[in-house]
Amino acid sequence: MIKLKINGAVARADVDPATPLLYVLRDDLGLHAAKFGCGLGQCGSCTVLVDDRPVFACLLPVGAIGTRAVTTVEGLGTAEAPGTVQRAFLDEQAGQCGYCIPGMIARAEGLLRRTTTPTEEEVRSAMAPSLCRCGTHMRILRAVRRAAAARGGGVVDPAEPVA
Amino acid sequence: MTKACALKLFVTMVALVLAALVVLLVMAHRPAIAPIARPDPRGFDPGAIARGANLARLGNCVSCHQAAGGRPYAGGYPVKTPFGTIHGSNITPDATTGIGGWSRTAFAQAMREGVGRDGSHLYPAFPYTHYAGVTDGDIDALYAFLMTRPAVHATPPANDLIPPLGFRPLLAGWKLLFFHPRPLGAVRSQSAAWNRGRYIGETLAHCSACHSPRGLLQQEKRGDAAYDGGWSGGWYAPPINPRSPAVRAWTPERLYAYFRTGLSRHHAAAAGPMGPVTYNLARAAPADVHALATYYAWWMRDAPAARAEPPLPDRRALAERQHRDGARLYAGACATCHEPGAPMVVAGRPVLPLGTPLHEDNPRDTIQIILQGLRPPVEASGPYMPAYADALTDRQIADIVGYLKARHGTGPAWTDLEDKVAKARKESR
Repeated sequence: MIKLKINGAVARADVDPATPLLYVLRDDLGLHAAKFGCGLGQCGSCTVLVDDRPVFACLLPVGAIGTRAVTTVEGLGTAEAPGTVQRAFLDEQAGQCGYCIPGMIARAEGLLRRTTTPTEEEVRSAMAPSLCRCGTHMRILRAVRRAAAARGGGVVDPAEPVA
Repeated sequence: MTKACALKLFVTMVALVLAALVVLLVMAHRPAIAPIARPDPRGFDPGAIARGANLARLGNCVSCHQAAGGRPYAGGYPVKTPFGTIHGSNITPDATTGIGGWSRTAFAQAMREGVGRDGSHLYPAFPYTHYAGVTDGDIDALYAFLMTRPAVHATPPANDLIPPLGFRPLLAGWKLLFFHPRPLGAVRSQSAAWNRGRYIGETLAHCSACHSPRGLLQQEKRGDAAYDGGWSGGWYAPPINPRSPAVRAWTPERLYAYFRTGLSRHHAAAAGPMGPVTYNLARAAPADVHALATYYAWWMRDAPAARAEPPLPDRRALAERQHRDGARLYAGACATCHEPGAPMVVAGRPVLPLGTPLHEDNPRDTIQIILQGLRPPVEASGPYMPAYADALTDRQIADIVGYLKARHGTGPAWTDLEDKVAKARKESR
């Protein structure tokens, strides 16, 4: 039996410790936000946060997580009360087919937990590992900037001092 | 010893030290070369500019003269040394922050003597020990190429060196000890390609700057130690001499393919600082890259793999028994791509034991590849591997590395892996 700290609660799953976290989330715990895309750590649709850092859940053996806290998009808010990043993605209508969006949101959340005043370059390099095939990149980037502002920060120019 | 005698000795010592300092200062003094107005880019011969572009790629200049996210040749890349950090300078033709005011003479003096236009000695992180052998024609071509780049107004961050190394006249002492340029005469018994490869490899490409060990004062070790493996940017550059740990021969054809594509199907993908090198070699003149391949295949002609290619070890059952945790982590995190039969392997990517890192005498490269992953070095569709720095702990990466070495590795056993992962993580920050 493996014990996991997910979205602030303790969850248990009776699985082989080599099982990728993504399968446990989707098949055993009913958390369907993170998606299976390539299964090779190349597309980012499975991205979740582990101790606030974005990781590919398809390549993370569940037994490797230990006491680290897992956050999925379900942990960031609900349809009725979305979190700041979810709200910003809605406001910018950043989703097209939506398959990459949970990974994108997890990645943006990870960035904004590290800093609410990222540079444009930091935003782009933080989001780069997640791929979107619909071409909504500009809206996704706008959503990340909007979310940064909603948290009292915003995207900054590295040449300008931050107050 | 009487008091007077001791005093006399002390005074003599102080006088000697002062005299040495004066000699050093006199010796170190180099006059400034007067600045010039930036030469008109239209005045340079297009042929020379094109030759210079090729030479700049062979020399991988941009690796140190461009910061992450910065403009090419505008400098700012931090070169980490045991004595602190040195930043690549701006070598675009900007008049104030770059080399726009440098005459061809000043440029040649920097390249071949390690002295800047203002007369100050340059740190040997800029490998003038190699560039001393660059021909006049090639200096002209590089000068033409650099002076016709877009001028970027950018000052790199100040160097951060332990005292007293900020005092540049000391470098004259370093040069006295370690900088003895000798002309590279042609070796008649070798082919034209070999001689060309030697010229490029020993001068502009400065391969031994990473692939040779360094002494206490960061001087490259030569002679029998040449190309015996060294360190670069937190990565280990393995030996490329008869002690090459590769398990497949590096023939000129295989080296050429590796240089041009960032991937050898008989070895592995270029990783770490070698990625940008292959990126640049993929864009250099094919004949020159072939010459380099000829020369370095010659260096490795007596390596074990050149004599006989051993069967690839796969001690799976034993490794699983010895490294239970590592085997489990590998199954969940690595096997999807690396196990024989995985899509990547079926598509023709080399299997793990073909790569040299598992056969090296230290685990640094294996650890770095897991921590940082691989980005396609040459084309956007090239070899890729996700980074695991955020997904796995030091202990877990150590477990995987131990398992892989036991299953596929050869050469000396690796120890204290968890500490070594922690150290690699710290050094790549």
